[in-house]
Amino acid sequence: MKATPLIGLEVHVELETKSKMFCGCPADHFGKDPNTLTCPVCLGLPGALPVPNEKAIESCLKIGLALNCHINSLSKFDRKQYFYPDLAKGYQISQYDQPFCSDGFVMLDSGKRIGIERVHMEEDTGKLQHIELEGEKVSLVDFNRSGVPLVEIVSRPDLSSSAEAKEYLKKIHEIIRAIDVSNADMEKGQMRLEPTVNVCIEDESGTHYTPLSEIKNINSFNFASQAIDFEIARQIDEFNKTGTEKTAANKTTRGYDAVKKITFLQRTKEEAKDYRYFPEPDIPPFILENELIEKLKGELPQLPEQIIAGLVDLGIETKYAKIIQSNDEMLAIIEKYKGDKDIDLNKLGSLLANKKIGTKGDIKGEYQKATRVGNTNADELKVVVKKIIADNPSIVAEYKKGKTNVLGFFVGQAMKETKGQADPKTLSEILLSLLAGKISF
Amino acid sequence: MKQLHELTIKEVHDGYLNKDFTCVDLVRHFHNRIEKYNPKLNIYLALNDNALTEAEAVDKEIAEKGITRPLLGIPFAIKDNFLTVGITTTASSNILKDYHPQYNSTVIEKIKNAGAIILGKTNMDSFAHGSSTETSDFGPTLNPWNPDKLPGGSSGGSAAATAAQLATVALGSETAGSIRQPAAWCGVTGLKPTYGRASRYGVIAMASSTDSPGPIGKSVEDCALVTEVISGKDPQDATTSPSPVEKYTESLYAADLRGIRIGIVKEYLLTEMREDVKNLILNAADKLRLLGATVEEVSLMDPHYSIGVYTVIQRSEVSSNLARFDGIRFGHERDTFCEETKRRIMLGTYTLSAGYYDAFYKKAQAVRTKIVDEFNEIFKTYDAIIGAVSPGPAHSLGATKNQPMFGEMEDVLLEPSSIAGLTSVGVPCGFVDNLPIGLQVTSNQLKESTAIKIADCFQRHTQFQLFPDLDKTI
Repeated sequence: MKATPLIGLEVHVELETKSKMFCGCPADHFGKDPNTLTCPVCLGLPGALPVPNEKAIESCLKIGLALNCHINSLSKFDRKQYFYPDLAKGYQISQYDQPFCSDGFVMLDSGKRIGIERVHMEEDTGKLQHIELEGEKVSLVDFNRSGVPLVEIVSRPDLSSSAEAKEYLKKIHEIIRAIDVSNADMEKGQMRLEPTVNVCIEDESGTHYTPLSEIKNINSFNFASQAIDFEIARQIDEFNKTGTEKTAANKTTRGYDAVKKITFLQRTKEEAKDYRYFPEPDIPPFILENELIEKLKGELPQLPEQIIAGLVDLGIETKYAKIIQSNDEMLAIIEKYKGDKDIDLNKLGSLLANKKIGTKGDIKGEYQKATRVGNTNADELKVVVKKIIADNPSIVAEYKKGKTNVLGFFVGQAMKETKGQADPKTLSEILLSLLAGKISF
Repeated sequence: MKQLHELTIKEVHDGYLNKDFTCVDLVRHFHNRIEKYNPKLNIYLALNDNALTEAEAVDKEIAEKGITRPLLGIPFAIKDNFLTVGITTTASSNILKDYHPQYNSTVIEKIKNAGAIILGKTNMDSFAHGSSTETSDFGPTLNPWNPDKLPGGSSGGSAAATAAQLATVALGSETAGSIRQPAAWCGVTGLKPTYGRASRYGVIAMASSTDSPGPIGKSVEDCALVTEVISGKDPQDATTSPSPVEKYTESLYAADLRGIRIGIVKEYLLTEMREDVKNLILNAADKLRLLGATVEEVSLMDPHYSIGVYTVIQRSEVSSNLARFDGIRFGHERDTFCEETKRRIMLGTYTLSAGYYDAFYKKAQAVRTKIVDEFNEIFKTYDAIIGAVSPGPAHSLGATKNQPMFGEMEDVLLEPSSIAGLTSVGVPCGFVDNLPIGLQVTSNQLKESTAIKIADCFQRHTQFQLFPDLDKTI
C-alpha cells in the first residue's frame, strides 16, 4: 500500500493598514479596550455603507504579485452571508468568483512548485468573549476587529507532507514580512492557518482518495504540522477500517486540540452553510489597470528567494545565503565588499553566517585575521600552548605517565583558542616540544 | 394672496426678504396645520422638537446676512428612512421602533447645511416594501385628495405631506417608483435622480443597486433646487458619481422645447390601461409638440419583463440588507418584521440559494444589462422618453390585501428606468375620477437637466399642479 497525503492550505493574513477595510476606523485593534475602534460602518448600523480601502487592495495585489499570481483586470467584492453574533451586517464582504489575484506559486527548496489558487481580499469579523459577569454566563461582542482587512491565500493541494506544509507556511510568512504589508504575528492572530487534508491510497485494488477534512483556525506552524500528521494517520486508519472514499458530499470540518494533539469533528457537509454569495451592490466592480500593477511591481522589495539567488550568484553557498538573507547587517556587509578583490565572498559569508566574525567594527581586518591560512607564527602559538599546559597540570601529568592520547585534548584546546586558525603541523611541534621540556617555559 | 403653506421655495425666500413673515411664523403655521390634519391623514410619524429654535436662528441669520444658503428656512418633510440625529428613524417598522440614529444621512447633512428645517419624519411602506404605505407598521397614510384612497408609496407620507401642504417640500427615496408613483397619486411633482447622483449613506437600505434619494415638491423648480443641493460625490458612498453636479436651476424657465426629441413609448400605453389615462398621456405629448419638441412613438422591451428582473434583484438585496436586524442589537426580534418584509426576505433568500442563483439572480442581471443597452440605444436619438407614471389613479384603501405583487404591477412603467438607474421627473398631467394622474419624463443617466427642462416647461404651460382643499376633501 502506498499512501500520499494531499494537503492544501488556506492562510488568512491581517493587513497592517492604518484604517480598516471599509471605514476610517484604526485597524490596529490588538489589545485595545473593547468597542473603542468602531463607527456606523463596522458596527453595521442601518444606512451605513462600505468604502473600500485602496491601500489594503494594493497590499493584497502586492501579496499576489509576490506569490507569482496573475492579477485579474476585472474584479469585485461579494457578500458572503451567514449569521453569527460577531458578524455585524449579517454578511461578510469577501470575494467569490473574481478575486484580485489567481494562479500563482511558491517554490520549495526542493524545487517543487506549490500552486496558489487565489489571493483575495475580505474583512475580519468582531470577536466574542464568553465570560461570567456578575455570576451570570454571558457572551460579549467586541467589534474592534470588525472590518480589519484580511487577505486569504489559498493553495492548491500540492503539498504532500507536514514538513512541506511547514516550509510553505514559513515562506509565505517571510514574503508577507518582506513586502511589509503585515508583521504576520501569529500570536496576535495576524496569520491564521487552515489545512485541508486527504490521502491518496494506492493498493492492489486500485487508487482511493479519503474524504477531505478542513482543519480550522490554527495559529502556529508547529500546530499545523502536528494537526496534519495526526489527520493523515487518522484518515489512513479510518480508510483501513471503513474503506470510505471521498465524495462531493462528505467533506468535514475539524478543529485542532493543541493540548491533546488531536483533531476533532466540528461539522459535516450536510450541516455546511450555503453562503448565498452575490455581488456586493454597495461597491462598484474594479478595473485594475496595467499601470497600477506595474507601479506596484516596482514598489515590491526583493523577495527572500530573490535575495538568496543573488547571493548564490555571488558565489556564496546556499546554506550561508539563507542566513545572510534574513539579516540586514550581514546583507549590507556582503553588498559593501562584493567588488573587493582581497575578499572571497563565500568565506566572508561563511564567517558571517557562523558568527565567526561580528557585523560591527573593522570587518575587513577581522576577515583577514580570520582567514590567514595556518597561523604559523610560532611565538603566538607558543603563548597559547603554554597557557593550556599551565591550566591543565593533571592532564600534563597523565601525558608524562605515558598516556599520549591526551595530546588530542591539547590540540583541540589550542584550535579552539585560535579559532581553528593554527597551523596543525606547527602546533603539534610546539606542543610536543613543550611537553617534552625541550622548550623552556 | 397665497397662504404660507402654499408657497414654493422661492416664494418663501421672497417673503423672508420682504419681511412679509418670519421663519418662526412659517414653522408655527405648519405646526398648526399638522396638528389639525395629521391625526386624520397619518402623514408624520415624528416631529422635530427643535424646529422652532432652528427657525429663530434662521430669522437671526436672515436679519444679519440675508439669504446666502439655498434652502435657508425651508421647512422639509423627511421620509422616515433617512437617519436623523435627534428624531427617531423607524423605516415604518416595529423592529426599529424608537430607534435613535447615531448619525445623519449625507443628504440630511446637505440640506441642513443649506439651511433647511426638518419639520418631521413621514410614514412610508415598512422598509419601503410597497407602493401604498399600507405595509407601514404604523397604519396607512391617507390620500389628501380623497381619504378613501391610498397615497401610493413607498414615499407615501412625503408625497401626501407635499399635497396636503404640511411642509414646503419633502424628501423621498425611490428604488423603483417610490418617489414618482406617490407623487403622481397625490398630484405633486417628484424627481428621481440618476442612481449614484445623491448619496445613499445613512438611508436605510432597501435595494442597494437602485435606491435613489430625491425630492417631492410643489413644482419642478423646487425639485430642481433640492436636487442641486443633495447631489454629488460622497466619500461615504462608493456608488456616487464623481461627475460634477450641474446647475439644474439653469434649465428652468425654458421658453419652449425646440430642438428637443422625445420618444413616447408604445409599450408603456398598456393594453390594460384605462382609455382616459391613456388620453391624458397623449394630450401631454401634444402639449410638448406645441411647445416645440419633436415627439415620436418609440418601441422598448415590454415593461412587464422588468417586473421579473426587478423582483428578483430587489428581493435578493433586501434579504441581505435586512440581515443586520438580527434580533440582538436593535431591541426587537426578527418576528417584528411585517408580513410583506418577511415575504421579501424569504423570496430573496431563495433566489440567492445554491442551485437557484444562476436561474434567478444571474438571469435577472443578464436581462437588466439588456434593458440598460436598450435605453442607451434609445437615448442616442432621443433626449427623453415619456409615459404614464402609473396605469391608473390612486387605489382604494385595502387594495393591497392579498396582493403581494401589488407594488410591482403598479410600478410596471417605472421599473425599467429604475433598473437602468435613469433619472426621471414625475409631473401631474390631469385628473380622472377627481384623482391626479402623473406623466414621467425620463432621461439618460446624469441627464437631470434635460428631464428638468422638459418637465418644467410642460408644468409652466399647463395647470395640473393643483392642491386639494383639505377642509373639503377630508
